[in-house]
Amino acid sequence: MPFSSELSRALSDQSPLLRRLERLIAPVDDAGLSRMARESTTLTRRYFGRTMRLFAPLYLSNECINSCSYCGFSKENAILRVTLELDEVAKEAEHLAAQGFRNILLVAGEHPKFVSGGYMEACLRRLTPLIPSVSLEVAPMETADYIPLVRAGAEGLVVYQETYHPETYAGMHLSGPKKDYAWRLDCPERAYEAGFRRIGIGALFGLWHWRDEALALAAQVEHLLRSCWKAQLTVSLPRLRPAAGEFQPTHPLPDREFIQLLCALRICFPQIGIVMSTREPSNLRDTVAPLGVTMMSAGSHTEPGGYTGQGKDHLHRTIRGRQIAAQGEGAEGQFAISDDRSPEAVAARLRDLGLEPVWKDWDAAILNAA
Amino acid sequence: MSRTLKIAGREFSSRLLLGTGKFSSNETMRDALAASGTEIVTVALRRADLSGKKDPFANILDFIDPKKYLLLPNTSGAMNAEEAVRLARLAAAAGLPQWVKLEIHPDPHYLLPDPIETFKAAEILVKEGFVVLPYINADPVLAKRLQDIGTATVMPLGSPIGSNRGLETRAQIAMIINQATVPVVVDAGIGAPSHAAEAMEMGADAVLVNTAIAAARDPVRMARAFKVSVEAAREAVEAGLPTQLDHAEATSPLAAFLAAGK
Repeated sequence: MPFSSELSRALSDQSPLLRRLERLIAPVDDAGLSRMARESTTLTRRYFGRTMRLFAPLYLSNECINSCSYCGFSKENAILRVTLELDEVAKEAEHLAAQGFRNILLVAGEHPKFVSGGYMEACLRRLTPLIPSVSLEVAPMETADYIPLVRAGAEGLVVYQETYHPETYAGMHLSGPKKDYAWRLDCPERAYEAGFRRIGIGALFGLWHWRDEALALAAQVEHLLRSCWKAQLTVSLPRLRPAAGEFQPTHPLPDREFIQLLCALRICFPQIGIVMSTREPSNLRDTVAPLGVTMMSAGSHTEPGGYTGQGKDHLHRTIRGRQIAAQGEGAEGQFAISDDRSPEAVAARLRDLGLEPVWKDWDAAILNAA
Repeated sequence: MSRTLKIAGREFSSRLLLGTGKFSSNETMRDALAASGTEIVTVALRRADLSGKKDPFANILDFIDPKKYLLLPNTSGAMNAEEAVRLARLAAAAGLPQWVKLEIHPDPHYLLPDPIETFKAAEILVKEGFVVLPYINADPVLAKRLQDIGTATVMPLGSPIGSNRGLETRAQIAMIINQATVPVVVDAGIGAPSHAAEAMEMGADAVLVNTAIAAARDPVRMARAFKVSVEAAREAVEAGLPTQLDHAEATSPLAAFLAAGK
């Protein structure tokens, strides 16, 4: 049964693990939080050792046909847009590879015309000889449409539900295919069926009450551990950042509770990956790095062409599906990043914290992608 | 009782094998390997650069001296026989020893080995001339089936990888040891030197340790602790543990009496 038809029952008739999570995310004093942090750290060391996987996002396009209140790429925003051409994508990837990255996440807004399946497949075929592990964070697709992308070497798929609260979801996603809550919620299972080996899920914290979001996220983890047992699961806890459109979080997740949630998830799910992006400031990232995080981005840009200035000569604004040429410094980012240290600086800091930055953890030869 | 460990005709004086994942740095790993006295070191191929381009961001092999250690490539990351066989061939083609620790775990969370795919891959690789050391659940029948097709060892798990729970499969490991015609290496779940000693005292030929050393506060000292513990337990076995003497003493007074009466 797909998760969309199980979620409400999973929340009303909680599993023992969800009940445990609910207790762990209840208000806690400092001593209790410290105990949780110790347990979380111990479990993380046991299952992941003293290592941290590093990755970088590579934005392909900021075109989008969705209208989402909180996102900089929303079609309502009159921003400078671009879809990188293959050579430009390769130049960005070469830059990331030279910095050390052997694991990248290709990100794009949803636009079937500019960011088509064929385009993504071509990007993958161009990049996999250069980068051993390439994952995708793009609009949900049908299983059949994912299969060529897996064959082209895509290893992982990331899709965040944003909010698990259906009414809030409806209020945030005003138009476009993303309006369909269940289509998005069942995306990880479609991706698994197509053969993706790593699946990333998450909620965008700030849109709805964080404890409710956390329980639904955990319910999805439990579901996927059963239904997608061969996929490596990662969860991400992105908190809403400033972006074009000036949306303000209505239900903020404060730092202290953010740390509590991270530890609670680790305690309930010792073996899953936990991802932390550069949305968070350096001091917070350094604080939580040893506590339970297993995968970090570093030196990220959230605008297409952000690493090497690719695509500047074909910037435009997109109005009702038509591109109108425009000039500017570069394409707009999805959101403002907060930790702007270089990958090298992040790696050095991790070493100071007693963690080995792991750049390469996958070899494309395992799949022999043809 | 042999003092040395013999695998596929090669002799080793250390009975402690080490894994190389989860260390805080390659330097710490190198020092822990040295302190452990190990002679067999396993490396996940997915962490290494096999292209020959000397990738500075994937240089784990530079920290393992092939003159000091037998480098045992492992196929961690492979989900089925086909992928594991491909990785093993790739490693051999890249100039690594034609030995392979066969590790196929389709489930990335519990990392439990797939018996069916492991058997299939072992069959292929043994035929191709590889020395195959398969990582398996503590299943005595599977262990025998693998020995029948010519694997060089069997490597049953004590408990799931990283769990540090010790020999939860003790009863089945005992059966595997009793029936073994190749060395039995207890792999995974060994969280403390006492667990390693327990496996050795049961009659295991060797143990493989990774997390317990790599994740220790001081991996070098922990490596030494495991070295001492494995050596002590082996020494005890060779000296004749009181619990084992009952059936190990060939010439007891009773035996002599019975023989005389014939």
